[in-house]
Amino acid sequence: MAEERRPKQCTVVLPTESMKAMAESIGVGQLQEESCAALSEEVSYRIKDIAQDALKFMHHGKRCKLTTSDIDHALKLKNVEPLYGFQSQEFIPFRFASGGGRELHFYEEKEVDLSDIINTPLPRVPLDVSLKAHWFSIEGVQPAIPENPPPAPKEQQKTESTEPLKAVKPGQEEEGAIQKGQGATSAEAKGKKDGLMRMKPRSTHELSVEQQLYYKEITEACVGSCEAKRAEALQSIATDPGLYQMLPRFSTFISEGVRVNVVQNNLALLIYLMRMVKALMDNPTLYLEKYLHELIPAVVTCIVSKQLCLRPDVDNHWALRDFAARLMAQSCKTFSTTTNNIQSRITKTFTKSWLDDKTQWTTRYGCIAGLSELGPDVIKTLILPRLTVEGARIKAVSDGPVVSNIDKIGADHVQSLLLKHCASVIAKARPLPDNVEQYRADYGYLGPMLCSHVVKARAQAALQAQQVNRTTLTITQPRPTLTVSQSGIGGSGGSRTPSIIKVPSSLTLMSTRPGTPTQPSPPATKYIVMATSSGSSSTQQVLWTAVLLFLFSLKYIHSVLLDSPDIVPVKSLETPTHSRLFIFTIFYIVE
Amino acid sequence: MAAVQDGQLNMEVEKDIKTEITNDGSGNINANSSSPGSTSSGGKSKSPAGSGEDQQTLLAVLQFLKRNKLTESVDILRREAGLSADADDSPVSDSAGAGSGGVPNVSADGGDANSLLSRVSIATPVAPPATAPPKVVAASGGEDQPDVNVVLSAYSQQGDPVLYPLYYNGLKKFIESVLDCHRAELSQVFYPLFVHMYLELVYNNHENEAKQFFEKFSGDQECYYEEDLRILSSMSKKEHMKGNETMLDFRTSKFVLRISRDSYQLLKRHLQERQNNQIWNIIQEHLYIDIFDGMPRSKSQIDAMSGSLAGEGKRDANKAKVFYGLLKEPEIEVPLDDEDEEAENEEGKPKKKKPKKDSMGSKSKKQDPNAPQQTRIPLPELKDSDKLDKIMNMKEATKKIRLGPDNLPSICFYSFLNAYQGLTAVDFTDDSSLIAGGFADSTVRVWSVTPKKLRRVKSAADLSNIDKESDDVLERIMDEKTASESKILYGHSGPVYGISFSPDRNYLLSSSEDGTVRLWSLQTFTCLVGYKGHNYPVWDTQFSPYGYYFISGGHDRVARLWATDHYQPLRMFAGHLADITCTLFHPNSNYVATGSADRTIRLWDVLTGNCVRILTGHKGPIHSLAFSPNGKFMASGATDGRVLLWDVGHGLMVGELKGHTDTIYALKFSRDGEILASGSMDNTVKLWDTLKAFDDVELDDFTAATGHIHLPENSQELLLGTYMTKSTPVIHLHFTRRNLLLAAGAYNP
Repeated sequence: MAEERRPKQCTVVLPTESMKAMAESIGVGQLQEESCAALSEEVSYRIKDIAQDALKFMHHGKRCKLTTSDIDHALKLKNVEPLYGFQSQEFIPFRFASGGGRELHFYEEKEVDLSDIINTPLPRVPLDVSLKAHWFSIEGVQPAIPENPPPAPKEQQKTESTEPLKAVKPGQEEEGAIQKGQGATSAEAKGKKDGLMRMKPRSTHELSVEQQLYYKEITEACVGSCEAKRAEALQSIATDPGLYQMLPRFSTFISEGVRVNVVQNNLALLIYLMRMVKALMDNPTLYLEKYLHELIPAVVTCIVSKQLCLRPDVDNHWALRDFAARLMAQSCKTFSTTTNNIQSRITKTFTKSWLDDKTQWTTRYGCIAGLSELGPDVIKTLILPRLTVEGARIKAVSDGPVVSNIDKIGADHVQSLLLKHCASVIAKARPLPDNVEQYRADYGYLGPMLCSHVVKARAQAALQAQQVNRTTLTITQPRPTLTVSQSGIGGSGGSRTPSIIKVPSSLTLMSTRPGTPTQPSPPATKYIVMATSSGSSSTQQVLWTAVLLFLFSLKYIHSVLLDSPDIVPVKSLETPTHSRLFIFTIFYIVE
Repeated sequence: MAAVQDGQLNMEVEKDIKTEITNDGSGNINANSSSPGSTSSGGKSKSPAGSGEDQQTLLAVLQFLKRNKLTESVDILRREAGLSADADDSPVSDSAGAGSGGVPNVSADGGDANSLLSRVSIATPVAPPATAPPKVVAASGGEDQPDVNVVLSAYSQQGDPVLYPLYYNGLKKFIESVLDCHRAELSQVFYPLFVHMYLELVYNNHENEAKQFFEKFSGDQECYYEEDLRILSSMSKKEHMKGNETMLDFRTSKFVLRISRDSYQLLKRHLQERQNNQIWNIIQEHLYIDIFDGMPRSKSQIDAMSGSLAGEGKRDANKAKVFYGLLKEPEIEVPLDDEDEEAENEEGKPKKKKPKKDSMGSKSKKQDPNAPQQTRIPLPELKDSDKLDKIMNMKEATKKIRLGPDNLPSICFYSFLNAYQGLTAVDFTDDSSLIAGGFADSTVRVWSVTPKKLRRVKSAADLSNIDKESDDVLERIMDEKTASESKILYGHSGPVYGISFSPDRNYLLSSSEDGTVRLWSLQTFTCLVGYKGHNYPVWDTQFSPYGYYFISGGHDRVARLWATDHYQPLRMFAGHLADITCTLFHPNSNYVATGSADRTIRLWDVLTGNCVRILTGHKGPIHSLAFSPNGKFMASGATDGRVLLWDVGHGLMVGELKGHTDTIYALKFSRDGEILASGSMDNTVKLWDTLKAFDDVELDDFTAATGHIHLPENSQELLLGTYMTKSTPVIHLHFTRRNLLLAAGAYNP
């Protein structure tokens, strides 16, 4: 592999077009092709040189990510003035645009109104560095606490359940290591030393006292009457990393619980149990494959059972069916493989009972809900062809003689369910126009209603598409190598000039927000104040006063002293129009 | 493009400034020291036995000085050249001459240890002019190099560029056809040969041929040279060679190969038969072939030792005797209670174990035969507080847990939360009461991890009001109002890369990108001294285990030994070919180990300033070092994710621990030396059974003599445990006095 890469290393140079673009940006037009080539080679060499030094700073900064400050320090090492203004910590601030046969990477700088900044509330003050201690290992065993990674990571659980024969080899990198961390008793260690191949790692089936207590508390809270407690318990199930060993218990608890409560028609408890399933599935450290044989029947029961509550006409058991159907779809998506074929088995089950004429409306509803949650493809192939038949059946109930109130409610629900799910699929699949008669011909009784739903769905889709388009337009980030080159060249002050020249001669304030939304404490926001002044000192004065006033208002006066290292004139360069250009970078430090 | 112009402009300016400073001949000349690259040549020129080569260099320097009209310096240099040739006990030549590549010249002044400090103070006025001339070369060598031709003159002889690949290929065919036992050895020639042929092509402006040559043969090189090849590949024009440090390394230092006599004869005969002068010249001029008698080495043996920037260490470089034993602990009257118990427990104490054990039977003052003389280097006298601390230490030691494969340590992890500015260095005090962190935002923060809060000493005005006779005066001088769990120290102007507590917990050292090392008081929480000497980032600094001395090393490739009360370094250890990335004192304070980006570890004698060990074998920059508590062994970790174990006395590699997948930033032996803990960027802490590792090593006379080590194959057997963090790279490890392992790192969400 290395051999393949190396020849490449030798030849990577910047394209000559970039040289031209850069030359143009500082007002040098018509650069000879040869000089471009020579320049690009030279520049490439320098950039590589700097990048290598920057790597040193990355290593000593104990990071895996090269930052702009590393490049700054590397430049400093070479006695080159660093590039001021590229302080973003987290992301690469370049945007990509193309058009007119040219591709361009540019630094997005929005114009910001001063008063906006003054009036917006200050950003949240970042939390100070703090020190937190936890037990990483106690006499060789890593305790299962939230600070430590889960004892058996999901990948391991997955390999165990999907490839049980791929035994954990002693001393092997990932699994062996984790094994040892988990319970490196001397016996185990010795077993490893002997080089014995064990087929399967021994798993503990006994719960510690703490775990038993925890199990009791959690299960009680989950099915108890206090909603607040239940929320906490579910939260714990969904996030706790150490539940791996209790999983068999939870799974049995749920399956038994469903069995009992279906018979007793206890809707509330069934809902609670389904919420537990959801929480288990949400837990990122658990891999449920091994327990699906218990969980799936329970969930399916909650979807298709004839009766789930004591008063089917009043109670909202439909919501439970919807919820369980969503759970089912989620587990199909996560766990369906070619070996277990969950999705196709489930689909078959649903279809079979749906096709049965004697099936009750409740079960019918469940089947449709279960199927439609599986995705648009399933709806298209299985539900749409049966819309006419189903429509006729609904018509028979609603128009025909009053059979029973329960049937009527069931039919209503099935109808709205079908409309809801089919409309969006039809909207995508069916070409315009939406003709009511056509719909009636295609889908029978439900046709007209479907038609109006489809029209609505189309309108909504169009609206969404607009928004999506707008947001995705500019967000393309260049590869990291390109950025290095970009910033390397940016040092000439050239690449940024075009945007600067266009700035009117009044005061403009540019702001970039380097912080990402996920980061709790965004790094200090940076303001670049730019102005062009045609040599008149009074304008300059005015400018400075404005800047000072502005910063006064922000109460960051201390960094405004001219000799403070925070404010540095970045570059003053002669443009062809002989107007002097100053860029001042001002940082304020949030204390 | 304009950036490059600017850059050159700046360089010019910089050069002017530098020359000016040099002309002043002022005290801070050391601050202006040696730009990277030429230090080694500077060091070389000063080796006591002034060889012809040195003369040449001197002349070149003189010429340069004349050309730049630095007449004053010329005079000084002339005078000095005469002086340094016959009076080699001048301290400056000691320290600067250290770089001569470890010629084991324990110079005449080896004995008079006490003169170390006094000489420095006397020498200070003399030092600047003496060091100045080579510095000038240094400053110019790195920046501008009008005399790059002098440096590169060896490349001026040229053959037909078209023939280079033929030559190389011919040699390749020959080596592939020799007997298996010789092939591995002779294959070592490929890499240096390749590099020098390539550089020759580039130097003689055969750009395209060079490129082709590179593309054709770079794939054949060992994978661990990839980093260097990348640098090499970017260098495709003669102009690039100016100021390129890697290039200078190849030129100024000979690549060292160890080859058995038989193999060497084969090679020589082949080259002479084929009249292959081109290759023969390169071998003669740029390679140092260390010939030994006996069996040729196997491929794995060679691979274990190679990988550094300049080949293996010469065998005679590691011949000097190293006193690796520990100093005798001073007798301390253990007060009152259970004296016997204390004495008993002392045996279990790691630090004092060795000397105590020896002296146990006779209770005499007999010393460890491997230990240096107690007064070999002057050490600070013990203060009362130190004695108290030692007693505490002993008491703690009684509660120490004996570790072993069946008895693994507990680990407590200190996570730095919200460290968005970047945590770059961590240190614990020996008694584990304080933690210091260095950050990329130039701050240093100190935390107290015991309930005892950090307090400042009262202001001078308030102090005068205190009753100085009272018993609790030490308590009274502290200002209660300032009590807090952590304190921030401001002063650096760049990321803080190295940090170290003094053993008495009164001071803290920090080294930074801004080129300074700062000494902070932990009484007043202010900066006391800024040690300026390194002009480039200082990557690491470390206090001596006895305090007072400290070592620093950085991008300028020179490690400096300082005493806290001298603003100039006492010793400069030059010889590394790339950045010094980590530094460490030997437990007996007589030696200093430095790890470098040239992938070698060097051990320096503090007394003489000589390099006494060159340890090669790492395939990446070394980022962590650790001495075993008995001083006999050393462990080192590098970016290649491997930990290597070394026998300091013999200068041999004795083990290789594989398992980490990323840079190892932390290494620590347990207090008894039974377990080695390693912490890495890959978010794991691993524990290794070092007792077994060192036991397994058979050191017969033959291995000791030749340095041909057979490493045990399976390092997995030595792995005792692996502990993963959630998302926290481990950057520091520390064993408390009771053998609890503390780890630290910044949580990286």
